[in-house]
Amino acid sequence: MLRRMYGLAATFADAFALLATFDHRAVEIAVLSLQVSGSAVILGTVIGLPLGACLAVGRFPGRSAALVVVSGLMGAPSVVVGVVVYLVLSRSGPLGGLGMLYTPAAMVVAQTLLVVPLMAAIARQIIDDSWQRYAEEFRAMRFTWMQSVTTLLYDCRHSLLVAVLAGLGRAMSEVGAVMIVGGNIDHATRVMTTAIALETSKGDLPLAIALGIVLVAVILVLNAAAFAMRGWAMRRYG
Amino acid sequence: MFPLRLCDIRFQPNGRSVLDGIELELGGEGITLVLGPNGAGKSVLLRTICGLLEPTGGRIDWGGGARPHLGVMMVFQHPMMLRASVLENVALALKPHGIPRVERRRRAARMLDRVGLLARASESARLLSGGEQQRLALARAWVTAPRLLLLDEPTASLDPSATAEVERIVREIRTDGTRILMTTHNLGQATRLGDDVVFMSAGRVREHASVQRFFSRPASDEARLFIQGELPWRMTF
Repeated sequence: MLRRMYGLAATFADAFALLATFDHRAVEIAVLSLQVSGSAVILGTVIGLPLGACLAVGRFPGRSAALVVVSGLMGAPSVVVGVVVYLVLSRSGPLGGLGMLYTPAAMVVAQTLLVVPLMAAIARQIIDDSWQRYAEEFRAMRFTWMQSVTTLLYDCRHSLLVAVLAGLGRAMSEVGAVMIVGGNIDHATRVMTTAIALETSKGDLPLAIALGIVLVAVILVLNAAAFAMRGWAMRRYG
Repeated sequence: MFPLRLCDIRFQPNGRSVLDGIELELGGEGITLVLGPNGAGKSVLLRTICGLLEPTGGRIDWGGGARPHLGVMMVFQHPMMLRASVLENVALALKPHGIPRVERRRRAARMLDRVGLLARASESARLLSGGEQQRLALARAWVTAPRLLLLDEPTASLDPSATAEVERIVREIRTDGTRILMTTHNLGQATRLGDDVVFMSAGRVREHASVQRFFSRPASDEARLFIQGELPWRMTF
């Protein structure tokens, strides 16, 4: 028992040593992870938040069906999304000519598809609450549909951080889709989650633990920053 | 836009009669106060004129033409405040007018000066007091230079000094040439502000008279009881 505890402590010590020395493998993997997930979240913000606002404000035939689809896709298994993107980007697929498969770009596409429904669904709920309060005044001021959407997005900007954080959490913790479309290629498409899975299976636990610590730390720091920003916004704007 | 004629306006959601054949004509000047007990249909009448509610019957004649796209504004009892500065909340109303952002802000600042809020232009609108928020809401409507301004109990939850300030602004808006239609439960306010009074009960206009005549010689028993404070809530005749 004591020997096992000692072994575990030694593994953690090795992991912290990797972090303290800025191990080039760990840094490379962490940077690529942030680039891929960050890009996916930026795209998710640009697509998902306006989509959520449109679903909140818009009244059009098929809106209920659209809401069901978006809510349903929120929980779509990442491996399924990975397979779909793989089929589309594979050489025989409709976008095979782009040669994107097994590149970080393919991973960005897969993660974007994963985060857009989640961010849109959360944004819709947040914006819908404001829309219920503002609708009459916007209509009295003769706002167009688009003016209502942009104004609500601006008004809810601090609350919408929740949607962005949820998207970031989903993107960074996702492993199935990036494994399928990225291929987990060393120095090319290996990100933290796929590296953790691989290194654990190989028995190289220090690197897996080091990357896990980075992953959790990044998510915690971003959540803390968002929490602080929301607190500031509440004090500033009420 | 004027004379504004409401011809047999009905609003009967789910068979319940809220407006029951409203007949009303408004000229192009002055302040008309809409009085009546709770549930008389005053707010619904204003919302119908504003276009927020579609009447189930009757028609509104806007001086012989169609409803103007712009030129009618409404201020609510509890105005909404964006999570933004006081200045941005006023400039907001000019968005549908296609005015560039810089000019919107310039006009908003000028309007804030007129309602006494320029010094607080950069502060959060949500942190203003109730009276200040209502002044902001009036500035937001006024900045668009509306031909018709609909005010739905703008002083209902304000203290006397805030009420006096709102009344001063309402008079100024009127002096600027805006026609005002305002609901209130404050009979003193009606005598201070109004040129004429529309008295409603049970979804109907029971009386439309000058302020002086309405309060000195009400034509109906309902109006007399209302002035005396004896008209029960939602009493029907």
